Amino acid sequence: MLAYISRRLAAGLVLALLVTLITFLMLSLSFQDVVRTILGQSATPESVDAMTKQLGYDRPVLVQYGDWLLHLFRGDLGSSVYTSLPVASSVLQRLGVTLSIIVPALIITVLLSTFLGVWAASRGGIADRVAQGLSLVGYIVPGLLLAIALVYVLAVRAKLLPATGYTPLAENPGAWLRSIAIPVVVLVIGGVANMAAQVRGRMIDELRRDYVRTLRTRGISTTSIVVRHALRNAASPALTVLSLEFIQMFGSALIIENVFALPGYGSYAFNASLQGDIPVIMGITIFGVLLVTVVNLGTDLANGWLNPKARVH
Amino acid sequence: MTGPLLDITDLRVAFRPRGFRARPLEVLHGVSLQVGAGETLGLVGESGSGKTTIGRTVLGLVRASGGSVRFEGREIGGLGARQRRALAKDIQVVFQDPYSSLNPSMTIGDILTEPLVVQGATAREARTRVRTLLDQVGLPSDAADRLPREFSGGQRQRIAIARAIAPEPKLIVCDEPVSALDLSTQARVLDLFIDIQRRTGAAYLFISHDLAVVRHISHRVAVLYRGELVETGPAATVTSTPEHPYTRRLLLAAPVADPIEQRKRREARRQLTPHPTT
Amino acid sequence: MSTWRKLLRDPQAAVTGSILILIFAAGLSTPLLAQHGPNESDLSMVNAPAGTPGYLLGADESGRDILSRLLHSINTSAVSALIGTGVALAVGVSAGLVGGYFGARTRAIAEWAFNLVMTFPGLLLLILLMPVTGGDYRYTMLIFGVLLSPGIYRIVRNLVLGVKNELYVDAARVSGLGNARILGRHVLSVVRGPIIIAAAFMMGASIATQSGLAFLGVGSKEIPSFGDMISSGFRNLYVAPTQFLWPSLLLGLITASLVLLGNALRDTLAGSRPQPAKVGQGQRAEVTPQPPAAADPEALLEIRDLTIAYPGPGGQPREVVRGATLAIHRGQTVGLVGESGSGKTQTAFAVLGVLPDEAVVTRGSIVFEGRELIGLSDSEMRPLRGKQIAYVPQEPMSNLDPSYTVGAQLVEGVRSALGISKSEAKTRVLALLERCGIADPERTFDSYPHQLSGGMAQRVLIAGAVASRPKLLIADEPTTALDVTVQAEILDLLRDLQAELNMAVLLVTHNFGVVADICERIAVMERGQIVESGDVLEVLRGPRHEYTRMLLDSILDHTAPIREASR
Repeated sequence: MLAYISRRLAAGLVLALLVTLITFLMLSLSFQDVVRTILGQSATPESVDAMTKQLGYDRPVLVQYGDWLLHLFRGDLGSSVYTSLPVASSVLQRLGVTLSIIVPALIITVLLSTFLGVWAASRGGIADRVAQGLSLVGYIVPGLLLAIALVYVLAVRAKLLPATGYTPLAENPGAWLRSIAIPVVVLVIGGVANMAAQVRGRMIDELRRDYVRTLRTRGISTTSIVVRHALRNAASPALTVLSLEFIQMFGSALIIENVFALPGYGSYAFNASLQGDIPVIMGITIFGVLLVTVVNLGTDLANGWLNPKARVH
Repeated sequence: MTGPLLDITDLRVAFRPRGFRARPLEVLHGVSLQVGAGETLGLVGESGSGKTTIGRTVLGLVRASGGSVRFEGREIGGLGARQRRALAKDIQVVFQDPYSSLNPSMTIGDILTEPLVVQGATAREARTRVRTLLDQVGLPSDAADRLPREFSGGQRQRIAIARAIAPEPKLIVCDEPVSALDLSTQARVLDLFIDIQRRTGAAYLFISHDLAVVRHISHRVAVLYRGELVETGPAATVTSTPEHPYTRRLLLAAPVADPIEQRKRREARRQLTPHPTT
Repeated sequence: MSTWRKLLRDPQAAVTGSILILIFAAGLSTPLLAQHGPNESDLSMVNAPAGTPGYLLGADESGRDILSRLLHSINTSAVSALIGTGVALAVGVSAGLVGGYFGARTRAIAEWAFNLVMTFPGLLLLILLMPVTGGDYRYTMLIFGVLLSPGIYRIVRNLVLGVKNELYVDAARVSGLGNARILGRHVLSVVRGPIIIAAAFMMGASIATQSGLAFLGVGSKEIPSFGDMISSGFRNLYVAPTQFLWPSLLLGLITASLVLLGNALRDTLAGSRPQPAKVGQGQRAEVTPQPPAAADPEALLEIRDLTIAYPGPGGQPREVVRGATLAIHRGQTVGLVGESGSGKTQTAFAVLGVLPDEAVVTRGSIVFEGRELIGLSDSEMRPLRGKQIAYVPQEPMSNLDPSYTVGAQLVEGVRSALGISKSEAKTRVLALLERCGIADPERTFDSYPHQLSGGMAQRVLIAGAVASRPKLLIADEPTTALDVTVQAEILDLLRDLQAELNMAVLLVTHNFGVVADICERIAVMERGQIVESGDVLEVLRGPRHEYTRMLLDSILDHTAPIREASR
């Protein structure tokens, strides 16, 4: 088991190296523009050259990447070209904000999707139509529009919740909850639309399987058949969707953060990218890959626990 | 003097199981058999015996890991794709499952003309030939315009037979062609096989798990057990007075439709094997 | 071509399709409709209200014509959709065909590459690569297409792998078709439908993403797009709310239409999908239960005039069992014989109360120990199931829950039937497994179903069925999926258990040999009706009904081979 986990983590590390290398190579195409962005439109060619030299962009690309890697192994991600703040701590702080939206959203999405999906698949009729209608609405309305509409209704008109801004959890839990409420709702609606449909489909398939009929002929209760047997078998494929859902939410969060002016990963990435802050971009990239690796590993382990055929030894 | 049409000697097949360091799994451990021109060789075995693998190796769908497969004296084991395609004229197949062996989105006419056009027939020739083929297998000629789903299992198997005999092959590999069919249909399709052999002179390698079916159609019978041939001989001998204990067990295990006769068989079987566990 | 006609007749597809055509046609005729350039700003027109001459929908915060910007935005989103979807299809379909059809090594490489793409949050990458794309939305969409391609790759690869194992592809290869021809003729025709469906959804995703990025400000300000317009309207929300409304409405309409069109395409091209089951409702009956009339006093189970119907293609009920009548006495073994489609399995399911949701019992009665079973709810049936009436299925593997050990499944059944403690149940199950001929009961108890052979799995299922000493065992083709030597052993086991527990057995089969081996009585079923029943020896030796005779004549002779060794 331990060997499996370390093997997967090693694979994740290789992936991180590869992705950062590709990102670095692609970014290196635009180093000239970056320098010009830093210095502004009025920069003289001389000052551009000097700056290029100062940042080390005149060296061969692979040497620069190797240099970055060396620092990385020493736990040093460098510092922002603009603010001189260390990248690692800024990234972690920003990641914390984004995760504090995504994690609650993901948990609520899973619970709600499971409930809706199971309810629709095992009851049919009105339950099914309600669940299908809900997930259709979530699919049809782009998250962006939904976010703006909710801000308008809940914050601007009804003044129930703050329209923008973020309060850290440690500072004031109540205010924190109010500041993440709308973003979480937006993510949940989008997530449930996708996941509830998946759970419903898997459950319908499972409930039609032969073993369900055989269990019924043994006099086993309906609840046990639906929850212990069918849902458990449906959960394994749904887990794969969950890890994709996480990645998807991570993407959506980038846009949502902007609407709500949350100081998260997305806005950080956006600003860094706009300014051409290469060390920050690289730091964001590597943390993104590592996060995804951990999430995927977690899903695979959970999958092995659920599905004896996929169990690793 | 010519040799046998199909001559398999010491055939070995191994599959690589999934997984990184898994060792190859040998499913055929040196099988030798011959099929003469116009002859039916029945190949009997239970699941896992490797009978289907032999058929698929002859068809070029599975690669042998050892031994030789000769057709009309020529080695066909390791042929390249182009040479293999040329053999399509001589070696054909009828599969077990009449549902998945016909493409559901193609009309019967298209299914039957496909092998003919590949062999170089013009569309017009192919159409005429399709009408003859449908007639030969006892289907109406308007069947050509319809889709497989409009036909029953037995009728589909007739279509598969028509496709197999289209290029007038010398050998047809029949892989459990009647196992999925109902009792009454089974008998009629078997009779069609015999009738076609009389008319075209094609040889059959007839693979089945059912001794009764094999007895009905074969001249000679070979019995396969866990990748090895345990007995080969004339159909009459192998299917009624077999020598090998496994064949005897196989024969006695199949129940007959008469309670008194069946009780006798049951007792004979119990004396033969001391109640092995599965 | 009938598919297209079906699509046109589907209101959802027709309406959403027409909306999309109208919108994109308007986008194409922008030069005719727009009176101003999209970036042409007139400071005198800042926030001009709708209806201002020359500015039909008003002007925005910079005095630009909203109508003209909307029309140009349609074109921007159309180009985004085409690039994103086009790239995803080109990359995904070709890789999927190659990866699915050719060897495992090619597939492993493709798989690895696509997993790499898939594991990265796409939107983040698009933002991070802004310095590279230089803000041109077309390059962004190009990358987005690559990010979408793993989804297509998976769809195509799975379909191709499925088709590749179909016998008709083998048959085509045996017929001498080359790889290119097989891919074109047999494989592409199968993947076409799902690709069209996926394309509709991907277009929606491309447009939504492009708008989202433009809303953030990724990309050139010179390119009019919904996202940019929404962003500007958002800033202006208090001053002129309608500026926000128009682009939002149009964007919502386009993505909603694409999604709904995709759904309609799926329903038409992929056929009807399975519908939810009403679990725990009991099987449907449309008969008024009558008091059992002149019941056979010795009968344990009495089926009278049973009729089961399914909804047919034209809405007409299609009867699969038509007035079947059958009685089983205590401790008696009855074989129910028929060909496929004769209704024998449906009859067995009706007794257990586990007919599929679509089926309706339209006539007749099933009386078990004097009690009418038809019309009982699932919870009323439950005390009978397992305890009084038990079931052994045909296919051993699919009838065990793959996620639980054999022991856990059997213990759950025994406990729900007998209400005993967990440890008692375990002892009982272990003894049962041993009684059912399993060599190492402890090991099998802890095994998962996929670790068992077919014969072992069937022994496990029999153990589960007889665990609580039922009065009636219904065995549906219990040996059909097994090898003939294993079949003989399983029949021996059933015979011994029957005698030991003095159960009545209803054995459903197509095999007269099995009936002769184990049954006292036989009932022959033809197209939903029982045409002949009686003592096994009498019926098999002297069948009275023509159909029974025909079936018996079809049995291949077991003694004389009809062909002689050739030459």
